[in-house]
This record gives sequence, C-alpha cells and structure tokens, in this order.
Amino acid sequence: MATRGFSGRGRATGAEQPGRLPPGQFLTADFPVLSAGPTPHIAREDWRFTLQVGPRQIKSWSWGDFIRLPITKTMPDIHCVTKWSKFDTSWEGVSIQDLLADAALEPSTEFTLAHSYDGYSTNVPVQDLLSGRGMIAIAYDGKPIAAEHGGPARLLVPHLYFWKSAKWVKALQFTERDEAGFWELRGYHMYGDPWQEQRYSGD
Amino acid sequence: MKLVWQPAAVIAIEPRTPTVKSFFFGLPRPLSFAPGQHMDVRLTAPDGYEAQRSYSIASAPDGTDRMELAIELLQDGEVSPFFFNTVAVGDEIELRGPIGGHFTWSVDDGGPILLVGGGSGVVPLACMLRHRWARRSAVPVALVYSARTAADLIFGDELRMLNARRDGFHFLPTLTRQANPVPGHRVGRIVAALLSDALAVLNSTPKLVFVCGANAFVETVADALIGLGIEATRIRTERYGG
Repeated sequence: MATRGFSGRGRATGAEQPGRLPPGQFLTADFPVLSAGPTPHIAREDWRFTLQVGPRQIKSWSWGDFIRLPITKTMPDIHCVTKWSKFDTSWEGVSIQDLLADAALEPSTEFTLAHSYDGYSTNVPVQDLLSGRGMIAIAYDGKPIAAEHGGPARLLVPHLYFWKSAKWVKALQFTERDEAGFWELRGYHMYGDPWQEQRYSGD
Repeated sequence: MKLVWQPAAVIAIEPRTPTVKSFFFGLPRPLSFAPGQHMDVRLTAPDGYEAQRSYSIASAPDGTDRMELAIELLQDGEVSPFFFNTVAVGDEIELRGPIGGHFTWSVDDGGPILLVGGGSGVVPLACMLRHRWARRSAVPVALVYSARTAADLIFGDELRMLNARRDGFHFLPTLTRQANPVPGHRVGRIVAALLSDALAVLNSTPKLVFVCGANAFVETVADALIGLGIEATRIRTERYGG
C-alpha cells in the first residue's frame, strides 16, 4: 500500500548501494545501544567463557587464556531489528570454529544457546556459527568493546539480526532442540534473517 | 502468530509539546496489548521503497478500536518529519503489532513500581499509568520524569491531575532547562537524590523499575539505581538514539 505523500526523499544514505540494505532498514553512522536491562560491568579478571554440551561443561577459558587463541578480524554490515543498519563495522575475536578446535569438540547437535552475564540468552543454529560466520568478539574498531556494547566479549553473528549477537556473553551451549532465548520467548523470530525480514515470530 | 500489516486511518492529530504530536488511529478492530508495548509503522513510496519505525503506544488497552501513538520530531529523521509535515486526518498508515514482551507492566503484575522517563521516553510509562487509572488500581507507582522545560512535558497536565488524586501515584517531574521555577517541579537532571526520594515515597523496595529514554539517560539512571541498592534483575530498560 503506497502511503499518501510519501516519496522516501530521505533515502539517499545507503540506497546508493542497491542490495546492501535489507528491507525496512535505514543506515546510521551511530552505534545505538539496545539492552533489556542495566549494563553489567564485568572485570576481565572475573570474566570466563565456557563451552557446554547440554548441562556438561566441555572447556572454560579465563580472559588471559582466551586472548591467546587465534584472533580473526572481520568487517561486516550489521542490522538491528529496531530498523537501523551500520556498514563496515570492524571487529576482532575468536571464531567459533577456532574455539571448537581448541576444545577438541565436534558439534554433536544442530543448535546452540548463547548465555550472557545479565541472564540474557539467544539461540543460533550451529551452521550459522561455523565457516567463519560467528565469533566471540573482544574488540570493536581496534579497541576493547565498551561495556554498553557488550564488552568484555560479545557473540557476533552479523548475518542475523543483531539481537542474536549476545552482549556480555559467558557461555555457548549446544542443545538437542532449537530452544528459544530471551527475545525469542517474547515474540521475536527464532532465526532472524534480515534479508527475509524475520523480525517477529511468524514473519 | 503472524503480525500482519494493517492500514489504520488517522482520526485525530494533537500537538503535545513543541516537538511531540499524538496521532490517533482508528484500528480495523480493537487490539489487545500490554502497557509498554510498541507498534511498527510502515511508510511505502510509489516505487515500493519502505521506511519502518517503532513507536510506543500511549493509549491504555481499553478494548476500543482507537489507539494513540506519540511521535517526537527528529530533525534529521525520515519518518517523524513525514508525520509532522505531511500526515493529515483521514490518511491511512500501515501498522503492525503489538511488539515487545519485556518492557511491559499491568496492574495484575503488582508493585510497588518505579517509572523513570527522559523526554519522549515517558510515552510507554504514561500508557502504564493510564492503564492503572482506567483499572482504578491502588498499586503504588512513582514516576520520575525529566524534560527540558515545563512546555516539553508530554502529558504534563494529565500526569499532574493523576498525581492530585492521591491514589498511590506520585509524580516527580524535573526540568533541566527551565528558566523560571515551576511549583512542584524540581530543577536539573535526574540524580541519585531524586531517585532516592522516589524510592522513599514508595515506602518499600519496588518490585520492578522501568527506565526509558535516550541511551545516555538510561545508563546514568540504571547505574544510579544499582548504586541505591536496587537489584539489576528488577530494572527493565528501553533505549533509543545513539
């Protein structure tokens, strides 16, 4: 349905690169913050990251151990379900496949749940984390990730809506079933592909 | 359940402050929602280009087919200037929702409740208060609301009237850029002392705290609340802007 009087005059930014902005998104140069609660402030010396299969802990890293793992750089476009997109964001971190290699773990299920220090969780299929598609990011724009953006470490799965890139991540758990996380239990889509505009359950 | 886009007619437009207008929509059918939820709005150009934004619902869920969205004008925005300059009564706008299942409160959830709003962040909080009044609830609720000047208080008269009923609702407005003092309104940004006063009028620790506003505002308030001993798990936030 065309909206009376709407021409989309303001569309210049992002639209000059057709095919780069998913439907319903607009480009921003800012880095908006969206969190369901207060920002937790986790000291690096208190930080740990754990790999789990179901309830079983496979391996746990301290910050010092974690940053000695192979570091990968990436520069993806990111897309938030609240409609903003940001191009060419610069991240460094440990790819999920490098993490699994360090733990000598072969994925035994098709699904994961990422867990965060503030109690947040989100589900991501294993396939979406492998082949360089997912990492535990520890730096943004060449600097440590600010607490409000998820530091010390956040999951980064840039090809899905950004709520999947869990801030303040502390564990990745392999699950038998595709289990809904925090927002998925509250009406948001189980998968969240921006190109299919999978914002809400049923999209 | 799929959320479908539905055209809704603009049935009234009401200026609220110099930078906020309320748009009243006639929905195809009454919508059930929880206070604090938002709606997605979609504008479509003749060539198919779309712009979407989310706006908090201001009207209480009262079972009618009428819904109020309060929209703040962002000068460099794409959608809000269109609403301010072009949308007229009788236009049809596509909406879908309700959306959001965390920043919500209804009287059945109980209290006491502390609400903290900055600027247009008061809109979902006003929805909760309108709902509370519509249900004649006595759940203790305090609203700390920061705006630039008295003229920038969205729903200012309504909030003062609710406050005057003395039914367990306490309104604590503060003005950051007001030249002359306004009786009953504090001066300056929200600081720990004001939040502490709000906690004092509630008498007991709030069951939940809802903080809505620009990100810097929400960060400051949430950190101050934690400093005052409120558990992080009781604090729910909604942020906008960079």
